Amino acid sequence: MEVKREGLGPPGAPSDFRARQLLARDMLRGDLEGEALNLYVEERVMTTTLEKAVAWSQGNSIYPMTFGLACCAIEMMTIVGARMDIARFGWEAFRASPRQADLLILSGRVSVKMAPVIRRIYDQMLEPKWAISMGACCSSMGVFNNYALVPADKFMPIDVHVPGCPPRPEALMHGILRLRDKIHGHRPDGWRERYDAVGTEEVLAGEQGGAGAINVLAPGDTAGA
Amino acid sequence: MPDATGLELTAHELRDANAEAVLGTTFYRGRAELQVAPAHVVEVLTTLRGKGYRTLASLHGVDYYPDEPRLGVLYELLDMKQVDRISVKARVSTEDPHIPTATGLFPGAEFPEREVFDMFGVVFDGHPDMRRILMPEDFPGFPQRRDFPIGGEPVLFTYNEENSYGKWQ
Repeated sequence: MEVKREGLGPPGAPSDFRARQLLARDMLRGDLEGEALNLYVEERVMTTTLEKAVAWSQGNSIYPMTFGLACCAIEMMTIVGARMDIARFGWEAFRASPRQADLLILSGRVSVKMAPVIRRIYDQMLEPKWAISMGACCSSMGVFNNYALVPADKFMPIDVHVPGCPPRPEALMHGILRLRDKIHGHRPDGWRERYDAVGTEEVLAGEQGGAGAINVLAPGDTAGA
Repeated sequence: MPDATGLELTAHELRDANAEAVLGTTFYRGRAELQVAPAHVVEVLTTLRGKGYRTLASLHGVDYYPDEPRLGVLYELLDMKQVDRISVKARVSTEDPHIPTATGLFPGAEFPEREVFDMFGVVFDGHPDMRRILMPEDFPGFPQRRDFPIGGEPVLFTYNEENSYGKWQ
């Protein structure tokens, strides 16, 4: 098989690395003028909106929460390993604190006793935040459709559901890429805007702890907004 | 396992100590079982423990609905030296589900007894910490009883998402 190498620039432009280096040197010296300078700038400058640039960087630097619930968590750990390797998309830094995490992957079944804990962790995460419901159990309760479990949609907003029991790492990878597309596509600030859930806050600003205080919880109070 | 004769000898020995303790014996598929009155279960366990059954391998509950008394508490004892097992079964009713605790004999019985209380509602008198262990503290009912509804949620699909809880957008 014949390997055909092509230069990066437009036809006729110097494709050689050394030639580019010399061109850059000329530009810095101020020797480049007219058509050559226009071509130089066109090759190197890109315009976009700030919103798109922020969305692009957010979608490529998600910090998932270190949080496993059941057997799906084993598959979730696999995506960090060498075979799947979400470091390719900048998602590999699993954070042990919800304050530093952007993404909650619900990997497994959510019991009635665990649901308030998860909701609390989700509330502690800073906006913008996303959530993936991984596996049959926390999407539709799967084979454990009984008194002990609660579906994740009932107590928190979910961005992507990944079906499977458990999903293969490839499936979770697909879900992660879909979420990445979602983040890149449009970037509303929080999940309330994403899901049109404005006005459903449990604790309103100024309701507790004086004017302007948001999310102030009394000791022992488990309800958060 | 003790063979059928060995089981009868053990039962006789226990009956000699207390005539009301042993209600019956079953030997089925190589499995020896003593049926014991719930009031005397600690006494029987103490005797068996003295005879070498020093390990409580398992403690669990059963619901025998519609038989009465409905609830059963099973103690699986193990003799590690003879590699010998024997089951002790006590039946309690749902109206008065009380049985003395075995934590004094086997400290490891604490969590299994809490689980039996959680799932079947059998109260172990004298237990140091009789609370639910798996279900939330405020959970109503005892979920492993046969008359407890299995529960669950309607599964959310595309065709029924319009009128289901999962409709966010």
